[in-house]
Amino acid sequence: MPYEPYFTEEHDQLRNMIRKFVEKEISPFVDEWEEEGIFPRSVFSRMGELGLLGLHYPESVGGQGGDYFSGLVLAEELNKCGCGGLPMAIAVQTDMATPPIYKFGTKDQHERFLKPALKGEKIAAIGISEPNNGSDVMGIQTRARRVGDEWVINGTKTFITNGTRADFVTLVTRTSDDPGPNGISLFLVETNRPGFSVGKKLDKVGMRSSDTAELIFDNVRIPHENLLGEEGRGFYQIMWQLQGERMIGAAGAIGCAEHVYEMALKYAKTRNAFKQPIGNFQVIAHLLAEMKTQIEVCRELTYATAYRFSKGEVPSKEISMTKLAAAQMGHWVADRALQIFGGNGYMDEYPIERAWRDSRLARIGGGTDEIMKEIIAKQIGL
Amino acid sequence: MSHWMFTEEHEMFRKSVRAFIEKEVVPNVEKWERDEETPRSLYKRMGELGYLGIKFPEEYGGSGLDLMMEAVFTEELAKCGAGGVAAAIGSHTSIAMTNIWKYGSHEQKQKYLVPGIKGELIAALAITESSGGSDVSAIKTTAKRDGDYYILTGSKTYITNGVNADYVIVAARTREDPVHRNVSLFIVETNSEGYSVGKKLKKLGWRSSDTSEIFFENVKVPRENLIGNENEGFLYVMKNFQYERMTMALGCIGAAEKALELAIKYSKERIQFKQPLSEFQVIRHKLVDMAVDIEKARNITYRAIYLYNKGENCVTEATMAKVYATEMVNRVADQALQIHGGNGYMMEYPIQRIWRDARIQTIGGGTTQIMYEILTKRLEIL
Repeated sequence: MPYEPYFTEEHDQLRNMIRKFVEKEISPFVDEWEEEGIFPRSVFSRMGELGLLGLHYPESVGGQGGDYFSGLVLAEELNKCGCGGLPMAIAVQTDMATPPIYKFGTKDQHERFLKPALKGEKIAAIGISEPNNGSDVMGIQTRARRVGDEWVINGTKTFITNGTRADFVTLVTRTSDDPGPNGISLFLVETNRPGFSVGKKLDKVGMRSSDTAELIFDNVRIPHENLLGEEGRGFYQIMWQLQGERMIGAAGAIGCAEHVYEMALKYAKTRNAFKQPIGNFQVIAHLLAEMKTQIEVCRELTYATAYRFSKGEVPSKEISMTKLAAAQMGHWVADRALQIFGGNGYMDEYPIERAWRDSRLARIGGGTDEIMKEIIAKQIGL
Repeated sequence: MSHWMFTEEHEMFRKSVRAFIEKEVVPNVEKWERDEETPRSLYKRMGELGYLGIKFPEEYGGSGLDLMMEAVFTEELAKCGAGGVAAAIGSHTSIAMTNIWKYGSHEQKQKYLVPGIKGELIAALAITESSGGSDVSAIKTTAKRDGDYYILTGSKTYITNGVNADYVIVAARTREDPVHRNVSLFIVETNSEGYSVGKKLKKLGWRSSDTSEIFFENVKVPRENLIGNENEGFLYVMKNFQYERMTMALGCIGAAEKALELAIKYSKERIQFKQPLSEFQVIRHKLVDMAVDIEKARNITYRAIYLYNKGENCVTEATMAKVYATEMVNRVADQALQIHGGNGYMMEYPIQRIWRDARIQTIGGGTTQIMYEILTKRLEIL
């Protein structure tokens, strides 16, 4: 049934289509991809073929012309596939590395980067964090210097999702020695340029089906037309980009939590102890009710905020609140589900331990809980 | 910008209610708390301003506005800082009179709703008995048909407005069986013969509202004072609980906002270790946690009202809103008191009252435990 005013019947149809796709083409392979620490490149091209990578982009740049909520549908449903890694990699492609190209890029950049990304022909990554700078974006040290018609980039980025095989990186660099926000600019950097290398593939506690890497830029030369948006405006551009990243992160956390809740509910009804299903015990039943309440509470916060975002507002206070609340909720729900599963929950054989590991990242990536609180603190007059 | 569900008109109304509360309620709160009642004059004044009939039809002297408008009023009233005042007015308009509006006859509306909306008569709702609180089906008060009258026998307790009410809507058993189909609602005038009020009950909080036991000793109630159909009272009570729970959630949001406002103000003024408390990161983040908690409660509550306003089933959402918002206001008030330190423990500071008043919210209108029991059924956990 349509979920007014956020979702229409078209969204429901889209949801069903994605659900089928996930059940048939993603979920059966998740264990294998988790084991391998990466999923096949063909998932990008297949999703591109199905039009799933450009749901909320206009047709003029190769998207489907849907609204913002169609992107939320994808994030929610993909996060029910049985792992967080793959959905995160796709979210980087659809909602993190590409929105700045659409918003700030030239027509030429739309052709060269955005269109192939939405088709799934080119894999995108977003490069913000560095070994010495995570939360402190203004302090990044990767340096781009103008030499004639080119820029020369030096530095190292880390924790880069899709990093081992990205075809291009939406890269945050420093273009001036003056400290502060005005010395930061964005570039689109192809990874086949001389001087670019993948330092190492990083081993992670969760999100294992997504490849994460350290990227090294050693005198990488790119043409001036790869500058994304205005020189010196990169800090503001990336702060805008992070809003969308946080929204989609919240939607993902909700999709995952819903999936985890369903598994816990099913387990509670089928697992017997003391001659009855454990779900019959009031503490377990109430815990499940509380889990579902937390999910719905965060869902409403997310949708209400997304609604404003979809209308062109950027309510950064509410977005930060949404991201913080949903990320915390997601991990809490996974933790409680693991408890309901008991010893089985601790075993790799059951899907809960992965959800527990994967959901932990949401409280760090896209801005930590603590950074969210700093942002909100300023906005509420502290 | 505020939540998208509110229009310009809602916001203008919010401003005028806020101004009224600041000017005519806040300065009197201390006195009313000492008096242990909200004076009749406040009902009269609110009646004059149209605050008691926001959602009621114009035909009966109401304003015929949407529930979002009344939601604005409920939130703002709670910001007066005394839960008792909000309880007294809320019991009158939302909890008691709503039953007449929804299920009463035209004559009943003329006789009771019209003067109630004007603030000339005070209404109360009487369900709870000493033997049945959470278990509504266990009430023992009976109404026996005798010609053109019903004869009421029994007693009720914890009745808000119990001392001052001019009429009380009473739930009484009209037959033995079957359970849930044996209760009816009556409008009982408090000057009826055999009707008496016990002593005013002393309470931990909500002191500016009068609470009492009431007794029925063969009270003759005319047949035309039966609300709706005989034996359908349980259904009406359950239906109206949805609205009551939403208004309680709204009140909690308003009260929590007030607590946060007081805590932020205090944290900026209070100097320790040569700087305002608000400069300490643990305090700032604590305040943010409070703000996020409020926002979470707000969004699930608005969702419930949105559905209710549209006439859709909202039992799950209203229950979640009630449980989340009432627990939330306790957390927020407690943290606000903590930020006030020793001063927070002193009667001189208003935060202690918000803290005391919050405590009833997870009990009245259905305890947190009852809310989770309802959810376990609604969510098919049990």
